[in-house]
Amino acid sequence: MFRRIEPSAPEGGPALTFEGREIVFYPGDSLAAALLAAGIGALRQSPVDASPRAPYCMMGVCFECLVEIDGRQNQQACLTPAHDGMVVRRQIGARQLP
Amino acid sequence: MSQGWDAIVIGAGPAGMAAAATLAEGGARALLLDEQAEPGGQIYRAIERNRSNARLSAILGPDYRRGAALVERLRASGACLRFSSSVWRVEPGAAVWSRTNGMATLDRARALVIATGAMERPVPLAGWTLPGVMTVGALQILLKTGGLVPSGRLVLAGTGPLFYLFARQCLDAGVEHLTLLDTAQSGNIPAALPHLPRAFTGQGWRYLAKGAGLLAALSLGRVKLLRGVSEIAIEGEERATAIRFRTGRASHRLGCDLIGLHEGVIPQQQLPRALGCIFDWNEGQSCFQPRRDPWGASTLPGVFIAGDAGGIVGAQASLHEGEAAALAILAELGRITPAARDARLRRVRQARDAHLTARPFLDRLYRPGPGLIAPPDHVTICRCEAVGAGSLRRAVARGALGPSQAKAFLRVGMGPCQGRLCGPSVTGLIARETDRSEAETGYYRIRDPIKPVTVGELARASQPSASHRGD
Amino acid sequence: MTGSGYDLVVVGGGLIGAAIAWGASRAGASVALLDEGDVAHRASRGNFGLIWLQGKGVGKPAYMHWSLRAGRLWKNLAEELGAATGLDIGWRPAGGLHFCFSEAELEKRRDILARTHADGGEISMQFLDRTALRDLVPGIGPDVAGASFSPEDSHVSPLYLLRALQRALQDGGGSYRPGTTVTDIRPEASGFAVATPAGPVRGRRIVLAAGLGSARLAPQLGLSMPVEPERGQIVVTERVRPCFPYAANCLRQTAEGSFLFGSSHEEVGFDEGTQVATAADLCATALRVLPGLDSAGVVRFWGSLRVMTPDGLPIYEESSRYPGAFAATCHSGVTLASVHAFDIGPAVAAGTLPAAVASFGSGRFDVQAD
Repeated sequence: MFRRIEPSAPEGGPALTFEGREIVFYPGDSLAAALLAAGIGALRQSPVDASPRAPYCMMGVCFECLVEIDGRQNQQACLTPAHDGMVVRRQIGARQLP
Repeated sequence: MSQGWDAIVIGAGPAGMAAAATLAEGGARALLLDEQAEPGGQIYRAIERNRSNARLSAILGPDYRRGAALVERLRASGACLRFSSSVWRVEPGAAVWSRTNGMATLDRARALVIATGAMERPVPLAGWTLPGVMTVGALQILLKTGGLVPSGRLVLAGTGPLFYLFARQCLDAGVEHLTLLDTAQSGNIPAALPHLPRAFTGQGWRYLAKGAGLLAALSLGRVKLLRGVSEIAIEGEERATAIRFRTGRASHRLGCDLIGLHEGVIPQQQLPRALGCIFDWNEGQSCFQPRRDPWGASTLPGVFIAGDAGGIVGAQASLHEGEAAALAILAELGRITPAARDARLRRVRQARDAHLTARPFLDRLYRPGPGLIAPPDHVTICRCEAVGAGSLRRAVARGALGPSQAKAFLRVGMGPCQGRLCGPSVTGLIARETDRSEAETGYYRIRDPIKPVTVGELARASQPSASHRGD
Repeated sequence: MTGSGYDLVVVGGGLIGAAIAWGASRAGASVALLDEGDVAHRASRGNFGLIWLQGKGVGKPAYMHWSLRAGRLWKNLAEELGAATGLDIGWRPAGGLHFCFSEAELEKRRDILARTHADGGEISMQFLDRTALRDLVPGIGPDVAGASFSPEDSHVSPLYLLRALQRALQDGGGSYRPGTTVTDIRPEASGFAVATPAGPVRGRRIVLAAGLGSARLAPQLGLSMPVEPERGQIVVTERVRPCFPYAANCLRQTAEGSFLFGSSHEEVGFDEGTQVATAADLCATALRVLPGLDSAGVVRFWGSLRVMTPDGLPIYEESSRYPGAFAATCHSGVTLASVHAFDIGPAVAAGTLPAAVASFGSGRFDVQAD
């Protein structure tokens, strides 16, 4: 879906995990950009009709890029800078209470 | 209680940066808030980081690179800059509630500049919620912030200056499989022509020359371009795999890997609406915009709106609008005399107006077509709550006369995006169904918080520990 | 509708007017329901959605019995509206919890129950200590001392209820006319003429259910509606997976999953605004009950105006000067929707009021001369 103008991120660079898969990213990437660069499609499942959704506006307007970050549910991936060691999961449906 | 800041500026795009810099240069205590981690707004996203990236800077072009000077000016001005801070509520009398790292903060000021910019006009069509469908602006943000370039088969559908600019940037970035589907109606060209002579005055010719250059580059680049495209529908299950559309009587179907949609930009309405500013319908730009005086003052005392948030003017004119609002505030603060204000305002407004001469021509040339405003019944209008155009039509037929009642009955606009991506469509469709104007139909009543805040953060917001900074 | 107009014209398309109009139409009357446009003070938007019987009308037996009757008729209302419209109005008859944060508060609840029984109110109510409560609500917070529970309480979406009432009226042959701002009402020889921007609407009988607007219109019918606005603020969260089916005194989870926190009671005139301090209090109370909501996102908070009478009780009244002209108001448009539909609607269409509401005339507010 996307490629980098720069060569691919170097081995041993900062990395996060998405659904258990390791994803290397560039410093400055938003979480949404890092996931798109890694070829990830849907980031969440709509709580209304379970349809797959993915980043749409990349500027905090559409709330389609909601994911679970380090246990915090319904976070906007496009407004969250990617961090080394971040643990990210798909947001499946509505929030669950602990 | 002390007034804290002299002025708070919300949004660090061209208008906000210019406003904050001008205020601080004039001796005012100015706070600039933005939800992004760095200055620039959407137009100059990642401008500081990209200065050292020659390849990317070349692709993004000279208009983008121009933003660097403004950021430098802002950094040197002494304005207080608070990034990664989202404003979730503003109260009249300029009390600004924001959230930084999970903490609610209250700041007070004597004046407020809303410079929250524009967003892309929602493009409700079949399949637009599928992964693999994004806005053209989103694709450009990925290019600016991460050097990400679409690979595989890319289709851009829509129209407008950003549509063609990004197409050109794709070519420069080496995108190989690019198809452009221009949705502008053929009648737009003759209708726009009467605005053309004025477009050559002031700085307008630069915009025309840039546009002509883009189109020439695209034709030289052997890009597949189809005009007069309508009835777009996107296919796919887990992601978009094909796009269907019509040109004239011909039906087409293209397989694709990524789709970018764009039908121009409109002001971000959320903040001034939640605050209670009065809005008017701008027929020429097919959008609502807040009512303002020539200096950018809204209908609320002490609240200024500058740049695209007040009506689409573009980056250069936005910069001057930010300066104009700052000058008006500096005079109110007694930092400059009314005479000095008026003299500087004359120059600022001249400079701004010179950038607006081509605007009516471009607005008419790229006016959205009727299919965008009245999509078929099966098309999702409210993405968050998955409400279709048909449901809305039926509710209107049952007597829901406007957006508020439609929201109450259907939950349109009640999801996490709080109506940002369905508001324009809901107003437009109800207006057509009830044979009224958009102005008569009205818009959602926007409720706080206009940006996310958690129950816990709100519960703790009013405790004494919530800092009242700037006091 | 005949040449002389409708059997009944209802002025005000909110929860009270719509319930009365549908009830009258269901009983065979020809009905017109006149509603405002999109921008209006709508108490239904500020209603918290509780059908709340426990402790209702303590010390005011007529109101208590009226509310208990309403509660028991709600099942019929929900079923009939559902069958008539196919809409799910989100009615959840799971019972209601009044959370108490101290032994003293629990004691107060026990006293309220005793007084309810003393007044002849047959309501099933029990008291739950922390342990019993934890079985019912696993995530309950440590501050909660206990709760009173009544299986007769329930909750519903006020907005969907309003939608269903309007739709059922339309489907049953009634006329729903939105965007009809009523400026003037004139008694005529054989009924009433309501002036609207689209021309007069005539009816043999008329009900004024225009909420705060009734105060202005009532004198034209020889009626008195001393109503004042009371602001209520409500906070709503993003969707949460269903985990709390009960009605409660400070929060409820809607059919979609959002939690509502509410609601405040403020006398601020016609100001529909909000205050962070109030919203913060509502959130803080909700967190004492369900601490797990701490990280849930707030999607909206808003204020809306309830319609309050001087003593907080409903007004149902027929004009003595112009028989056939009625007025109705209350602040419990959801709880009382069933009796408005099944009792008041058919009665006013027939030109009378039920005996159960005889004590709710506005004459009770008249200053005694001596």
